[in-house]
Amino acid sequence: MNNHQPEISSALFTATVFTRKKQRMQRIVGIVFGIMAVAILIPLFVLVTYLIIRAWPSLTWDFLTDVPKNGMRGGGIWPALVGTIYTVTFSLLIAVPIGVMAGIYLNEYAKDSWFTRIVNMAVVNLAGVPSIVHALFGVGAFVLFAGMGKSIISASFTLAIMTLPVIIVSTTEALASVPRPFRTACWNVGASKWQTIRTIVLPNSISGILTGVILQVCRAAGETAPIMFTGAVFFKYVQRGDFFPYHLNEQCMALSYHLHTISTQVPGVPEPMLYATAVVLLGFVLIFNSFAIVLRVYMRNRKKW
Amino acid sequence: MVNENRVEIRNLTVRYGKTISLHDVSLDIPRNKIFAIIGPANSGKTTLLKSINRTLELESGSSVQGNITIDGREIHEIWNVYELRRRIGMVFPLPVGLPLSVYDNVAYAPRMAGERRRKVLDEIVERCLRQAALWDEVKDRLKNLGTMLSGGQQQRLTIARALSHSPEILCLDEFSIAIDPVTTMRIEDVLVQLKEEMTIILVTNLVQQARRLGDMTCFINKGRVVQVDTTEVMFSDNPGNQLTYDYVRGVFG
Repeated sequence: MNNHQPEISSALFTATVFTRKKQRMQRIVGIVFGIMAVAILIPLFVLVTYLIIRAWPSLTWDFLTDVPKNGMRGGGIWPALVGTIYTVTFSLLIAVPIGVMAGIYLNEYAKDSWFTRIVNMAVVNLAGVPSIVHALFGVGAFVLFAGMGKSIISASFTLAIMTLPVIIVSTTEALASVPRPFRTACWNVGASKWQTIRTIVLPNSISGILTGVILQVCRAAGETAPIMFTGAVFFKYVQRGDFFPYHLNEQCMALSYHLHTISTQVPGVPEPMLYATAVVLLGFVLIFNSFAIVLRVYMRNRKKW
Repeated sequence: MVNENRVEIRNLTVRYGKTISLHDVSLDIPRNKIFAIIGPANSGKTTLLKSINRTLELESGSSVQGNITIDGREIHEIWNVYELRRRIGMVFPLPVGLPLSVYDNVAYAPRMAGERRRKVLDEIVERCLRQAALWDEVKDRLKNLGTMLSGGQQQRLTIARALSHSPEILCLDEFSIAIDPVTTMRIEDVLVQLKEEMTIILVTNLVQQARRLGDMTCFINKGRVVQVDTTEVMFSDNPGNQLTYDYVRGVFG
């Protein structure tokens, strides 16, 4: 018996053709996947540097806080920046409560039936509807039918409808990532479903929910089509640096639409201004995105199991 | 004289979709006794416990027929199901530390029932952790996360939580699989004391544990009750049923 021991172990640790192949594959996979991960950084880096270089002459504090002048050929983008903040904020105020509550219902309360399956299917399909279709729906439903006219509130509702599906999906997914035994443990000691959700499920899924919401902020800020027909306007006079220039039933300027008009509708806009507008829009999105990443990392470190 | 039996189960049939996991089970569970349930895997022991505190209805696809009464009250007619669940302590085989501090884990049930007084909560936490043989190990780190305890400690935390709402019936489903033998013995001693105050239903895969602790033992196989009798009879040389005899001696199957 004892004589066998060394033989077995030396046979175990000798490299064979198969184990060499396995090792080689392991290395190749690591390198290739790593290159792919780095590769996605390159376009972003190139894009951002290119934009900033082209925009450099126009990128000043004045550009942010000034109003457009000379028929959009000079001045800044303040009204558009504030307009975007308005539409995004109000669309979130509408979409987040509805989306989060619907997500909680679908994941925590709804029993698996044909009805919930249809709702889930509708949500997933809505997420894939092109933004221009949302825009037309917004015109029909809010601008015309509900009589809100072309206004910030119509645009916000349209953006809310557009962002809702993804908020619902990310909410249900964040909730589903909380292990079920936590819930049964709570139910067993006499906690109601809502108590369980409030004390255990939501605190442990809030980071996922917020990540989904923040990604939708970026989408709402960047899309042009939904606001084009429902509330965005070519030019609106506001005071320089005024934080509350708009009423909700008025139309407003918005960054994405502003970029669209000055680059296609107005001849003779100096090029750096176009690029600078793009940089501001991109910066807006990137700031929110990095906020989402920081939040996720922070919450993951606090993760309790 | 009150009814001798705390829990009476009559013609209980439980289905998950098309699979029947309990067939027409009828059982009387006596007051202030340890009622042991043994049986092979997948024989419906856990399902039986879940139907007693009505958490079974939270699982999709389950359907329950038959009657269960606790102290003569039909549980399916109880409107305040949370109060029902508070009267029944449940410990399941896999330890679940809630993602809260050790203290909050034990104080969870009283808090969910509206208790806010710090002093009362402190007392409950200490008493339950002592009963679950965990107090000495965690008394200096009650603020640490319950999920950071070892598996065995989490299991005892689960037991402490089950005791925290002062249940009248304590259901233990293979509570000792994650706990070392010495601690298991300490908890078993506590169980013997606890039976003065409450009725204990002990589901176990360890036949010897049933023999040590059970006043009555019930053998369930494939969703049917094979035999219920006092533990002495069940573990005697002639329990009166060949299946029981084989299972208890480990020559089953």
